[in-house]
Parts: sequence; structure tokens; C-alpha cells
Amino acid sequence: MYNDETMLASIEKVARNRESNAYFEPKRMTADEKDKVLETYHPDYIKSQFTTLVMGPNKGEKVPLQLADLLEGKSRVLDLDLDLTKVDYECDVLVIGGGGAGSSAAIEADNTGAKVMMVTKLRIGDANTMMAEGGIQAADKANDSPAIHYLDAFGGGHFAAKPELLEKLVMEAPDAISWLNNLGVEFDKDKDGNMITTHGGGTSRKRMHACKDYSGAEIMRTLRDEVQNRGIPVIDFTSAIELIKDENGNCAGAVLLNMETGKILIAKAKTVIIATGGAGRLHYQGFPTSNHYGATADGLILAYRAGAKLLYQDTLQYHPTGAAYPEQIFGALVTEKVRSLGAKLVNCDGEVFMHPLETRDVSAASIIRECKAHNKGIATPTGGQGVWLDTPMIEMKNGDGTIEARIPAMLRMFMKYNIDIRKEPILIYPTLHYQNGGIDIDPTCMSGVKNLYVAGEAVGGIHGRNRLMGNSLLDIIVFGRDAGRNAGNHAKEVEVGNLTLSFVKEFETERKAAGVTCDKLSPQLLPDYARR
Amino acid sequence: MSEKMVHVYFFGKEYLVPENLTIMTAMEYAGYRLVRGCGCRNGFCGACATIYRIKGERALKFALACQTKVEEGMYIATLPFFPLDKQVYDIECVSPKQQIMMQLYPEIYSCVGCNACTKACPQGLKVMQYIACAQRGDFKKCAELSFDCVMCGICSSRCPAEISHPQVALLARRLNGKYLTPKAEHLEERVREINEGQYDSLVAEIMHKDVNDIKAMYDKRDIEK
Repeated sequence: MYNDETMLASIEKVARNRESNAYFEPKRMTADEKDKVLETYHPDYIKSQFTTLVMGPNKGEKVPLQLADLLEGKSRVLDLDLDLTKVDYECDVLVIGGGGAGSSAAIEADNTGAKVMMVTKLRIGDANTMMAEGGIQAADKANDSPAIHYLDAFGGGHFAAKPELLEKLVMEAPDAISWLNNLGVEFDKDKDGNMITTHGGGTSRKRMHACKDYSGAEIMRTLRDEVQNRGIPVIDFTSAIELIKDENGNCAGAVLLNMETGKILIAKAKTVIIATGGAGRLHYQGFPTSNHYGATADGLILAYRAGAKLLYQDTLQYHPTGAAYPEQIFGALVTEKVRSLGAKLVNCDGEVFMHPLETRDVSAASIIRECKAHNKGIATPTGGQGVWLDTPMIEMKNGDGTIEARIPAMLRMFMKYNIDIRKEPILIYPTLHYQNGGIDIDPTCMSGVKNLYVAGEAVGGIHGRNRLMGNSLLDIIVFGRDAGRNAGNHAKEVEVGNLTLSFVKEFETERKAAGVTCDKLSPQLLPDYARR
Repeated sequence: MSEKMVHVYFFGKEYLVPENLTIMTAMEYAGYRLVRGCGCRNGFCGACATIYRIKGERALKFALACQTKVEEGMYIATLPFFPLDKQVYDIECVSPKQQIMMQLYPEIYSCVGCNACTKACPQGLKVMQYIACAQRGDFKKCAELSFDCVMCGICSSRCPAEISHPQVALLARRLNGKYLTPKAEHLEERVREINEGQYDSLVAEIMHKDVNDIKAMYDKRDIEK
């Protein structure tokens, strides 16, 4: 329910213009216009929010301040007296992370006959996958092809994606959807079984497959059920706090921490897969986030300390439509599917100020410009700003009942605060959503450290410097499966030597030599929201 | 910004917290650093199932802590884990018939019709009704009615027949998704075409173009209406 008078007055203007706005086709920005709005308003371009790494594989490169403190931070195992000959868990493939990428990897590694074990800091499924709402891309319609999908994603990512990774993403996309459907994932289909597909920001074909607006949740709970059916051991509430190598320099396990008892455990493995996801809970630049509680970039920290190079670690995705009001859901994701279904972005005067389906970075920057430079935002009671996402347009265009049928989670989320999105617009502002960069991998998903594989949001380079909607649910499946297969097959040839953490001591020496003074323990594991 | 405070009781202990907080952020305001009972913080993962009673009232209420504002006099207990019974099966070898429920989850036939599950569901789902569909082997309807389930387990905690509703519903959805919904033929066709290598050269051609040529292609590409 809205009760602020300025908001109510603005809502009236929005309602008055709704019909003409709904059928108005705003023009898309030119390449130059996009560049300009990004350079001037996108948070990635605010120099003071970044610093240069003074050590490690990416020495000399730019990273967000909060990430630098962790990458150059102090290891949690330095002061521990560990006996690496006393092993608590031994397996072929150790999967670190219990989201969509980790679960896909575990299932496919299991298919190779390898002995697989998953460790996860919270529970399996407590992951950004669970919260992905809008959908998953695949070029499976007659007017579409993997080549068009490639062009959309490559352009949307500013021509920076690693071609061999993006090729894999688009070529394996239809098979990934088919694999999920065969596991029982319920995609939105028409009565003949054809996939109901829509646009996302920056797509040139309607290739967004969805499961209402619970797409990620539906995928995640199915994958979790499959992991459980296969009896793959899942060690929950257990984080990896350091990788372990063998005397040959190959990755060979991890030091684990029981998050509840504090007990330290040693896991030995022939191959290791990092599937630890993103970094939203580091709250770069003070942004709220749409990410789950454990999104603290742990995998990047572990891999970096072990010698793996990162790629595009300086580029983050701010989802254009995070909830700006009410404050209880500040920063929560409002799916792009709301715009795919026809809702437009409208300023305080009830004017449509941009095409609703520009790419996410351009949309976010344009919303920030509308508020900060054009002063056409709407003030929130907590001192923030936002613009309207005019949801009632959806039913004006597609008929009554569309919202409940296609985006029930959005209807429910706002209804809890007495805002009926079928009748009233919602207030949105960009929220920290996705880590575009991550650990650099080759097409077999192996990082720069031998026998260390990576999948999911922890990977850098698949999407370039911006990711399109629906390509992340896709990448966790495509690269999760491949990482699992490759790690499982490769494990058959691996002989693990004596375990060592000597690289951690060397990293500490390098830290001192580089003059790093911040002794923040890393990885961070969880945010600290407790008031003291 | 309103700073009106309310009294709440976490596990019986009293705290004074701002009224605008959710149950979850109020716990953090009170000084808890959560490990259990906190997952997505957005209403999708079911980690923060919570039971409460307002002081002086009789009714027990149920909520997701991340999606519910605090109220004066809330007596709050979180339910970060509930021992649901998950039966193991091979999705490739089961058949979407009523018998599978009889085999795996026979307790659903002991439902006494009390409707406590439905009354407790923080997602507002018709839980008892979807269990009735599962009993009849109507997995399509069961899948539809249970689709928004976040598997928090509150329903099962209230059930006198000891049914694990979220697991029953998950089985029904997987059966429906895999076996009962018609296959997407255009999808299978595209997978076949890709496996035959029909798109290899098309994609390779773009990949090996000069970046300026790709930029021009991108800016000029036609966008489906």
C-alpha cells in the first residue's frame, strides 16, 4: 500500500498515461548513446570504488575495493596446526558449492562413475540459482539459431566474451534444456508441448524459457532431488576455507570448516570443482543485493590464493529492477520477465524514458541517470530513489489473469505489503545482482591450477563484461555438466601426491613483501549483519 | 524514517526492535549472526520457516522470517530444519501412475482432512487439496497446485498423519514435467540438428570475424517483435 502523498500523486500520473504508454514503442539507444550512458552512470565506471591489486596472479589489475581486501586478505588456515595426513573425507571429485552449477556437476561426475562429494556452506539449494526468476535462454525455435544467440550474447557482453566459452554456451543450450526437462523440470509450454518463450533485455529472438517466475527454484529443487536420489553425499553447513595441493602443485582437496561447531576437516580429492557462485553479499559500492546470504566470492579467493588467474573481476551486474519500496524487500529482485511481459519503466511524471528491454547494464545506468541527472526519480521514505515499473500494463496488453499465471512470485512478494501489482505500479532501482567476471577457465572448465575446475557464476569470461538475462541459468547447467564430466573422467588418471599447504605460506610471504597491511581474514564466508 | 519500536520475543526472550524490520532482520538487529534459518532472504528457499503467536492471542501463525514484518507482541520460534521423509527413486524407471505414490508415500492415504497444512502454508497454497490430487494419481493437478512450494516444511510439522507434503509434491512435479507434459518437438529437433553439426560453420563464421564486423552485424541485427 502506498500512503506517501508525493508517491500517490505520481502514481496518478502513471495511471493517466498508462494506456498511451503501453502501446508506445520507445526507440532503442544507438551504440554511442549506450556507451555514453554507461561511462557516465554505470557503477563499474566509478574509479574511486576500485583499486589495483598489488600481488597475485592479477597483480596490477583493477578490482572492487571489497574484493581486493579479500583477494589480498589473510588465510584462515595460517595459524592452524593442521595434519594433512589425517584425512576426514576422501573422494574422486570434490564439489565445493551446492547451487545449480555444483549440483549439475555432481550429477554428471556421478555419471562417469567417480566417487563424488559435495560440500556447501549452507544447505544444498541455498544459492542464487534458487532465486533466478525470469528464465533460461536456448535457441530452439525455427526463427532462431545458436549463431543468433551467440551474436546477442557477444554484443550484449561488449564483445569481450571468450569466444570458445560462449560458443559452448550457445551450442549446448538446447541440450541443457532437454536434459532439465528429462529430469522433470516443468517448463512453461503450450498444449502441444511447444515452449512458451519471451524476450529478455538485448535478445533479438524470443528464446527465454521459463517456469513461471520460479524458473531457478524449479530447476534447483529438481537438481537437488536428483542429487539426493543418487545418494551423492552432501556435507552441508561446511565451507571450504582453503584449497589443498599435492607436492606436484595440483589441486588435491580442501580444508573445510563446520560452520556450526567450528571443527576443521580435511578433504582429499583427485579433482576439485569450485561452484561457489557470486559476490552480492559483499555489497560493492554500498548497493543492496538480490543475492542469497552466502554470496561472498569465496571461490575466487581460494582459487586466487592457489594461483589461478581471474578474468573481468572488475565488472559487476546491477540488475535494473531491484525493489526500491517497501523497505522490507529493498534490493530484492523484480524479474526482467515483468518487462518481457510488457511492463515499461516510467518516471515520476508518468513518462516512458527508455526502451524496457535494453541490456541490463544500459538499463541500470539509464535508471540511475533518470534519478540522479534528470531528477525524475521518486523519493522513498528511507532516503533512496526509484522509478516506476508499470506492472498493470501487463494485463492491459495480455489480459486479466496473466500476472497470476506468469509471475506469481512477484504478485505474492508485493501483496505481502498490500501492493497489488495488477493495479498499482512498483518502485524499482538497480540492485547488485551478478558477478560478470570470475576465475579464468579453458574450454574443459579447468582453471590455471591443474585439477581445479570451475563452473557457474564463479567463472569469468563466458559473458564478457555484461550478461544477458537467461544466460546464467544456462551457464550453470552447461558448464556445471561439463565440469562434472571432465573432472570425473580426469580423476581416473590422477595420482595424488603428498598433500601440502605450502602455497599458503608463500602467499603470506608475498603479501608481506608487497606491503599489504589489511589483515582481513578471507574468504569471508558470510556477511555480518548482526547489530552490536 | 519511522523508528517506532515493538516488543518481540525470540525463543521467549524479549527484544525491542524497530517495527519496520522483518522477523529476520529483527533477529539481526537483536544481535543474532545467523547461520541456520537464513538462505536466499527473498522468499524462495524455505530456510526461514517461522512459527509465532501474538501475545494474548490463541492462534498460532506461520511465516517465512524474511518475508514478514514484525508485530508488537510476537512470540517467535524459527524452524530452520524439519525432518521431512524423502524417498529415493530412479526417475528413469518410475511410471507416472497412482501406484508410485502408494509405494513411496503411502502415508498420504492416512490424511484425516484436518486442513492444518493448508492453514499453515506461508505461500498460501492449497496443500491438502494437492495431497488429495496425489492420492488420486492426478499428478498434473498436484504439480499445478504445489508449484509455488518453497519446501519449508511447516505443513509437515502440523500434520497428524505425518505426511511429508513438499516431497510428495516434488515427486508429482517431476513426473508431470518428465512424463505427462507433451515433449517440445522443436527442442528435440534442434538438439538433433546441433549434434549433426548443422550450426558449426554458422557459429564459427561469426567467431572468426573481425570485431568491427561483428559490431556492425550486432547493431544492424533485426529484432523479433
